[in-house]
Amino acid sequence: MIKSLKLRFILILVFLVVSIIYCLPNVVEPEGAWKKYLPSDKIHLGLDLKGGMHLLLELDTTKLMDNIVDRKMSSLKDTMISDGVRFLGIDKKGSSIVITVRGDQKEKLFNLVGNKFPNLKAGSTKPDGDLLSVEFLLPESELASIKENAVNQALETIRNRIDQFGVSEPVIVKQGENQLLVQLPGVKDPQRALELIGRTAQLEFKLVDEETMAKGETTAIPRESEVLKIRSKNRETGIVTMTPIVLKKQALLTGELLTDAKINMGGSDIGSEISVSLEFNAEGARLFDKVTSENVGKRLAIVLDNNVYSAPQIRERISGGRAQITGGFTMEEAKDLAIVLRAGALPAPVRVVQNITIGPTLGQDSINKGVMATLLAGILVIIFMVIYYRFSGVIANVALALNLIYLLGVFSAFKATMTLPGIAGIALTIGMGVDSNVLIFERIRDELRLGKTVRAAVDGGYTKAWSAIFDSHITTLITAAVLFIFGTGPIKGFAITLIFGMIINLFTAVFGSKSIFDWILSKYKPRTLSI
Amino acid sequence: MELIKDTKIDFVGFRKKAFIFSGILVLIGVFAFIMIALGRANLSIDFTGGTNVQVRFAGKVDIGDLRKALTDGGIGDVQIQEVSGTRDFFIKTKLSDTEKESLQSKITTILSTQLKDVKFEIMGSNMVGPGVGKTLKKYAIIAIILALLGIIAYIAWRFTFISGIAATIATFHDVLVIAGVFYFLNREFNLLIITALLTIAGYSLQDTVVVFDRIRENSAKMKSRDDFGNVINTSINEVLSRTIVTGITTLISLGAIMIFGGEVLFDFAFALFMGLIVGTYSSIFVASPIVYAWRKKNI
Repeated sequence: MIKSLKLRFILILVFLVVSIIYCLPNVVEPEGAWKKYLPSDKIHLGLDLKGGMHLLLELDTTKLMDNIVDRKMSSLKDTMISDGVRFLGIDKKGSSIVITVRGDQKEKLFNLVGNKFPNLKAGSTKPDGDLLSVEFLLPESELASIKENAVNQALETIRNRIDQFGVSEPVIVKQGENQLLVQLPGVKDPQRALELIGRTAQLEFKLVDEETMAKGETTAIPRESEVLKIRSKNRETGIVTMTPIVLKKQALLTGELLTDAKINMGGSDIGSEISVSLEFNAEGARLFDKVTSENVGKRLAIVLDNNVYSAPQIRERISGGRAQITGGFTMEEAKDLAIVLRAGALPAPVRVVQNITIGPTLGQDSINKGVMATLLAGILVIIFMVIYYRFSGVIANVALALNLIYLLGVFSAFKATMTLPGIAGIALTIGMGVDSNVLIFERIRDELRLGKTVRAAVDGGYTKAWSAIFDSHITTLITAAVLFIFGTGPIKGFAITLIFGMIINLFTAVFGSKSIFDWILSKYKPRTLSI
Repeated sequence: MELIKDTKIDFVGFRKKAFIFSGILVLIGVFAFIMIALGRANLSIDFTGGTNVQVRFAGKVDIGDLRKALTDGGIGDVQIQEVSGTRDFFIKTKLSDTEKESLQSKITTILSTQLKDVKFEIMGSNMVGPGVGKTLKKYAIIAIILALLGIIAYIAWRFTFISGIAATIATFHDVLVIAGVFYFLNREFNLLIITALLTIAGYSLQDTVVVFDRIRENSAKMKSRDDFGNVINTSINEVLSRTIVTGITTLISLGAIMIFGGEVLFDFAFALFMGLIVGTYSSIFVASPIVYAWRKKNI
């Protein structure tokens, strides 16, 4: 230990002043010139105290793989047709594509795949009557990288959406292989936020299968068509009704080609609808022009996440790359839809696997309860220590006060997150923190009983108690570290309080209290010790 | 003031009774642990999946009416807990969100249509999808094992290997006993309780380490091997005062949390409170006597 008493007190004081400066923003707002030089961050509160939303999302990777294989299959099909490879069938089997060809087409097919689809691996070739069924598959490494890209893309998309929605200090991180952790502190309307984040937002334009529609409900649906529901909302009652509609499966245009999406108030006409207007990029505009010119008179459905929003008739060729989505939106719905369309679609649907929502009242309740408990613990322990150890108890209490002030200072300085279990950790630190001083004081009493002088007894007490204090701190630190590594949010907060509390306790309860003893002993040279 | 002065209790002499007593406690704890592992205990939705919603009503609501409202609304499998002295209720169900709607909004709809007269506020909700629990269970088990391994290693290094084993047995003892207490009181096992169990492990070890530290110190003065029992007794008696005083201050803190900390922290503090008592008992009556019995090869 440092010999010079003065130096020791300077060290204690410096820590004290720094801690207080870091704690200040929690009590008063710094003003004027002070603002520039003093820290201004309050203790960072966890979601359980501040209120907000904690979401764990899981990207549906099976669906993603499905989509990827589907897309590969349709482009393989197109290429075979344009390159003149004759085939009798093409189908999907798990993550592989099976093509049925005559024997004489085999070489042509392999050449085509080898040249134009280098990342498809040839699988088994089986005779099927006098035909061959050839299997192609995506290699594992390719699948893994697709998965990883998809998760990163989803993360980016969700970050975009949240940024545009406007939440302060959101946390969006990847967790595990295909999960995303999203934390939105202080979010006012959790339901709306959830819908905004969780929506896949896959926008597609598909032609209505007019032929099948004309035949009526009883006809079988052709392979290249599908039945979806069209959404319509009664503007008076707000009730949404869904009616079936038959669409061609092939998407002529997708949301990927959008450059912008804006709310459109619909002008001043009474009863005009709020809509979202879309703007396509050059390629999108060209495709839109082509689709509309080729299909005048037919209906073009606007499909979002497999819900048909509207299916207006194409009256004439539309160039310029603009379109509109209507669907009886409220202002809020239209705003959120514009956000998700601008931010882009998620590569695959996400599933909410965990959703913790804490209302602001509950958070404030928890803070009040935690603070009350901590204050009561503090007062009772302080009283107990003075009754039990008299003047020495006062010294232990000074050390305890230092311990707490430093702890709050460190919390503020390191921007650590305080949670409800964290507050419990502080209360616990009060109770367990005096242990070091109890160990020391009991030793000093032993030494005094042996007839040693006050000076020798104090020195002996500290020296002998040290190994027990040190070892017991380390064992607690080991458990706290494990909690920190494996715990989730609130529990991490508890672990951090324990870790900081324990480390600071070594300094205040041993170094701090010893310095006070040394100062009193050297100044007043007492012959007896109140302990 | 001194509560304990110059005691000369023969702790080692109590060991047979203590071993029998602890053995029974541990057996009960092991039974509870198996039931927990099989999922046949009051596990929180963190582990089973489901939804937990906290609702605060503006007026008086009978728990029976609330249950009826929810059952009529289509949430049949439901546990309702009333927070005494408040108008708060915890609604717990195994159901979780579907792609169509979140359970929280379903409950909101049910309450506002079935209990029209009373205003209410959703204070908070926690939804865990099925499947998440498995990962958490795995993490909880890894955490407990890692913590224990780290501690055995440290104690074996600082003291002796036998001490490490004895401390670990005592720690397992404490964790199992508290798990047993919680199981038989039908309290809910949640992540916070797992945290409490690990904290108990830490506290119990701290206590054991203090006793072992004194034994290590006194062993140096030991004249013959036969004195070992005396050394243990003297050491425990010497630290007894500290054990009691620290126990009191920690119990004061925990008591304060139990009184003021609210529903969420009550069980956490309660687990620690019980753990503290059991941990203190085990460091005196289990850990040190194991070291003695091992050295003497005589139970």
